[in-house]
Amino acid sequence: MAKGRFAQRGSIVKDLMTVSLRVNGILHEVAIRPWRTLLEVLRETLALTGTKRSCGEGQCGACTVLIDGRAVNSCLYLAAEAQGKDIVTIEGPVGGDPALEQIQRSFATKGAVQCGFCTPGMVMITKSLLAENPRPSEDEIRAALVGHLCRCTGYVQIVEAIQDAARELAPKGSY
Amino acid sequence: MAEDPRDKFHVLGRPTPKKDALLKASGRAEYADDIAMPGMLHGKLLRSPHPHARIVRIDSSRAAALPGVRAIVTGSDFPNIRYGNLPQTRDYLPLAIDTVRYIGDEVAAVAAIDEDTAEEALDLIQVEYEPLPAVFDPEAAMQPGAPQVHPLAPGNVSASSIFHFGDVETAFAKSDYVREDAFETQAVKQGMLEPHACIGMWDNIGKVTLWASKMSPYVVWRQLAMGLGIQPGSVRVVQTFVGGGFSGGKQEAMPMDFCAVLLSKKTGRPVKFVHGMDEVLTIGHMRHPMKIWLRTGTSADGRLLAQHCKLIANGGAYSSIGGFSMYLAGAMLNLPYRVPNIKFDAFRVYTNNGFCGALRGHTIPQLCFARDTQLELIAAELGLDPLEIRHRNAIQPGDVTANGFRIGTFAFDECIERVAETSGWREKRGKLPKYRGIGFGCGSHLSGARLMGHSASAAEIRVQEDGTVQLTTGSTDVGQGADTVLSMIAAEVLGVEAEDVRFTRVDTDSTPVDPGTFGSRVTFFTGNAVKRAAEEARRQLAEIAAQRMEANAEDLVFRGREIFNPRDERQRISLKDAVRWGAFRLGRIVSGRGVYAAGDENVDFRTGYGNLSPAYNPSACAVEVEVDPQTGQVAVVGFWGADDSGTPLNPLGVKGQVLGATVMSIGHALYENLIRVDGQVMNPSFRDYKMPLATDLPKLENFQHASVITWEPEGPFGAKESGQGAGTGVLAALANAIYDATGVRLTRLPMTPENILSGLKRVRETDRQRTP
Repeated sequence: MAKGRFAQRGSIVKDLMTVSLRVNGILHEVAIRPWRTLLEVLRETLALTGTKRSCGEGQCGACTVLIDGRAVNSCLYLAAEAQGKDIVTIEGPVGGDPALEQIQRSFATKGAVQCGFCTPGMVMITKSLLAENPRPSEDEIRAALVGHLCRCTGYVQIVEAIQDAARELAPKGSY
Repeated sequence: MAEDPRDKFHVLGRPTPKKDALLKASGRAEYADDIAMPGMLHGKLLRSPHPHARIVRIDSSRAAALPGVRAIVTGSDFPNIRYGNLPQTRDYLPLAIDTVRYIGDEVAAVAAIDEDTAEEALDLIQVEYEPLPAVFDPEAAMQPGAPQVHPLAPGNVSASSIFHFGDVETAFAKSDYVREDAFETQAVKQGMLEPHACIGMWDNIGKVTLWASKMSPYVVWRQLAMGLGIQPGSVRVVQTFVGGGFSGGKQEAMPMDFCAVLLSKKTGRPVKFVHGMDEVLTIGHMRHPMKIWLRTGTSADGRLLAQHCKLIANGGAYSSIGGFSMYLAGAMLNLPYRVPNIKFDAFRVYTNNGFCGALRGHTIPQLCFARDTQLELIAAELGLDPLEIRHRNAIQPGDVTANGFRIGTFAFDECIERVAETSGWREKRGKLPKYRGIGFGCGSHLSGARLMGHSASAAEIRVQEDGTVQLTTGSTDVGQGADTVLSMIAAEVLGVEAEDVRFTRVDTDSTPVDPGTFGSRVTFFTGNAVKRAAEEARRQLAEIAAQRMEANAEDLVFRGREIFNPRDERQRISLKDAVRWGAFRLGRIVSGRGVYAAGDENVDFRTGYGNLSPAYNPSACAVEVEVDPQTGQVAVVGFWGADDSGTPLNPLGVKGQVLGATVMSIGHALYENLIRVDGQVMNPSFRDYKMPLATDLPKLENFQHASVITWEPEGPFGAKESGQGAGTGVLAALANAIYDATGVRLTRLPMTPENILSGLKRVRETDRQRTP
């Protein structure tokens, strides 16, 4: 069960390190303990709570964010490692991102969202998938979702939403 | 052809995106763990490492001295009042006082400045235990001399349900064919992605507030007051967004809830608890593992004459709603097949394991697995087609079952035929290549239950001067779409759009008291209450508009955000202008209330007789599988389901419900199994507790579900439930498909590759003996 993972006796400011994190286009300078995960820093230090904390061990994908365009489980990624990299979360870059917003709309209109706890991670993996492969096949979509759990939908409407987003994002007449 | 009442729908019947979907998809929905309050502390629970032990002494002085720790509570800080659902099953304590009963039982709680400090403090709490003999197997626990899990439960029986309708012995004697089979099912977890989470606040005027991820906040509200020994009026439960529930701990007050508010009382700060997934997968509330013995007698032409079911469930350390869990399995022996004589003996047994409770389908899927597996064996023995034996025994509308269920709409024959068509059953059965097979399974569910305690629902509707509608109920949206379907019902009645309706989350200080979200009751019970509340608001608005326009209120129609007389074009006013005129000139507030109590029928839970639900729905499905003979792996290559959900009010939502229930059942059938060894959960992580992935499903074109449309007169706008019934037949369908593919008959869940491989070995040996 729960174990004290890290001893941190004494002052609560001991062990702090300064890290610069570029999140959604904004540079943040944060003082954190070196063992804090990116997920913890995003949620607790930067109050970006759209990224969800679920299994904490990289199995469910709910905490997925993009680092330099690549989808990663932020629960397995130390915040310190993300220094100098470009982090995008479900809240999206300042100034907006039409592709991200289209994916979010497709998820909403196709019934891909029930409880919504897996959804931010699903949206981020979709963003990364469609950036690499704008016209994924059904099998490619499923393969992309293999690191993500959804207990509500049975995945069907998620796959349909991703297909819809791919269609909507394709240049007119090209799909 | 009869007129289709759906033709009159303006809002209902259209696939409608969930109201909060975009909010959630953009990360803006605030779940309990997303809430931070000024000065908030973080709590963690210390759990028992023993399956059964006496607590001799707890010394928390070293933990209290750790910098950053603000308070510690143990069982003796609470008033030692057992809480629970039913008077006879109140066996929970907020924290254990003298005895722990399973590995994971809560013993103490810490509030600290952050989670790391709280976790470290747990290691510094010294608990001296005196281990007691433990018992893990329910049949062993029933033996004389077995360790006693609770003092007042002879034979460790936590609940039983025993009933007999007709005369099974006489019917067995008259049967042409009798067989008995035994089945075994496993422990399955809810598997929601959001861990349990709450924030407790005990303020300086004595008001206790809990913000929490709860499906049934009023159950929590009552239990919290009960266990704290205070008046419910002093307690306020505020529901946050719920990241999946599927029943379980989100239905009840949990130790974290009690500890959050008591630690807040001690510290004067809000205290947040969030379980780790290892805790979620270890602690109570899981599907009851069962042993089921089913004896069935039929006539030579396959008519069911009698069924006797004996069932022993491994209940674990506490009761939850165990009595109802047992009753429900037996009650569903009466559906969806006609069985005139039924005997049922069910025992839920205390053991030193994590405890069991409700989980999507509750105890119905296990029973359906046994029955529809056995039905297939009977059909084979009697030389009957699997569909024919189901048609021959199908419940029909208007039937009264042996236990007193009064059947209204029930399109079971149509469901079977629809699945036969969509799956290509008749072309495939017996004609598929080796190691490929197709199986059939059926089940049934109810649209909310008439319980002994609180059954009725209420709704309030206010129409505002901007033409929007404030809808307030005590029901929760937990992702299933209650926010949307209830708003659509209100919009339909008031002639506005679903987007004009605001749906609130539960706050026990202001929303109407409600039983909660379980048993597929919300669309039916709360939906009826919403419809009536909207009709009352519409009546008030019609009076105001009639007065304004010098019209007859009875002539007025509500549509397109307007109120008008279709026979007189001069009589037309926008809804919001009517509201404003009523408020400004008449001082009238448009406010409707509605209730639904499902009539005055009741179930006598001592005899098992009575009409449990206002409506019942059947479902059928066919599954096609391919089995790898080298590895025993099962690939589900096709699924075709049909169910009679009455009239689907939001087809997009119904689709999500039935497919979600189906995939959850595929996991139950093939992979999921919470493995316990001497009470220790061996796989408390999503790495080792295997739930279905997107790659485990058939291709979209081979994964279909059809709604067989009926108009249930008792339901709101003809609707029935859709979230649970569709999954009930899937377990047996998979077992039957695996048999069709391999000749291996599995009666134990999950149907793992190991079991399939050893079955294949047996089949090959039998074949060799037959062919010299």
